[in-house]
Amino acid sequence: MKEEMSFAFRRTVPVLFGYLFLGTAFGLMLQSAGYNFIWAIFISMFVYTGSGQFALVGLLSGGAGLFTTAVMQLSINSRHMFYGLSFIEKFKRMGKLYPYMIFSLTDETYSLLCSTAVPGNADEKKVFFLIALFDQIYWIAGSALGALIGQLIPFNSSGVEFAMTALFIVIFVEQWIAAKNHMPAIVGAVCGIICFLIFDPSNFILPALVTTVAVLTMYRQLSFKRKGAAK
Amino acid sequence: MSPILFAILTVAVTAACTFATRLVPFVLFGTRDKPPAIVRYLGEVLPPAVMAILIIYCLKDVDFSSANSILPQVISAAVVVLLHLWKRNNLLSIGAGTVCYMLLVQFVFI
Repeated sequence: MKEEMSFAFRRTVPVLFGYLFLGTAFGLMLQSAGYNFIWAIFISMFVYTGSGQFALVGLLSGGAGLFTTAVMQLSINSRHMFYGLSFIEKFKRMGKLYPYMIFSLTDETYSLLCSTAVPGNADEKKVFFLIALFDQIYWIAGSALGALIGQLIPFNSSGVEFAMTALFIVIFVEQWIAAKNHMPAIVGAVCGIICFLIFDPSNFILPALVTTVAVLTMYRQLSFKRKGAAK
Repeated sequence: MSPILFAILTVAVTAACTFATRLVPFVLFGTRDKPPAIVRYLGEVLPPAVMAILIIYCLKDVDFSSANSILPQVISAAVVVLLHLWKRNNLLSIGAGTVCYMLLVQFVFI
């Protein structure tokens, strides 16, 4: 177990810093919306998602209805539907840990699990579980810390919400560099901007996602045809 | 309904919806050998498209008629992109961009 713990810890160090920082930003925002560190700990324990929790602060302070909350959260988190596809077989083999592995599959944990080659003498199941668990512990610690700082030290935290924008930009830049084909990113941006202009800015995500999926599906059919014609 | 109960319900709905999205592929394809080709294709191409949409989502509170509202966003976003292309360090890019934005909205573009 010691072997697995030290390996998992070393793999998760970048997430440790990222989650402490973003978690702190979340805790600060939550605190300034009037919810203390106990709320922060419970939310990070049971919800556990970056963008969704930032949006949750807005929903809580704006007094949104439960239906709006559900639609918002489903659309913000809809990208997670696609993460599990890479781990169906692996997670199924993890027995009692199967539900936790599904629950804890955040952007960061997903990217770590995708890129982790477990050394021969370590148990892969334990390593996977520990990576997922460590990441969540960092996230809970960060949120609690942020809420406490916000409570104890009078501190002008306005603008801290930009951490979320910055996170998305960083992931976008990483994906742009790694991608061979930039069409998906461009389709998403164009559909996003058009829907942002047509619909109410706080409700544009769902139509934007639906049009993006439709356009990308058509794009796939077209490029298949083109390949077929080239033969 | 008391405000605290309503807040707890809002959190519970958020938790359920978040878990539900993560559960979908396991429910749909957990019993099969391999998900259909179109699903695997979408799993591959959607992440960058979704990120682009989420970045646009972050602009929802910007007042596009006011330079004081637009400029801090544009400047800080440029800082994040350039720093990231230069150093490729997530924490540095996010940290510096956020501090830059906080300084701009608190002291420069008031």
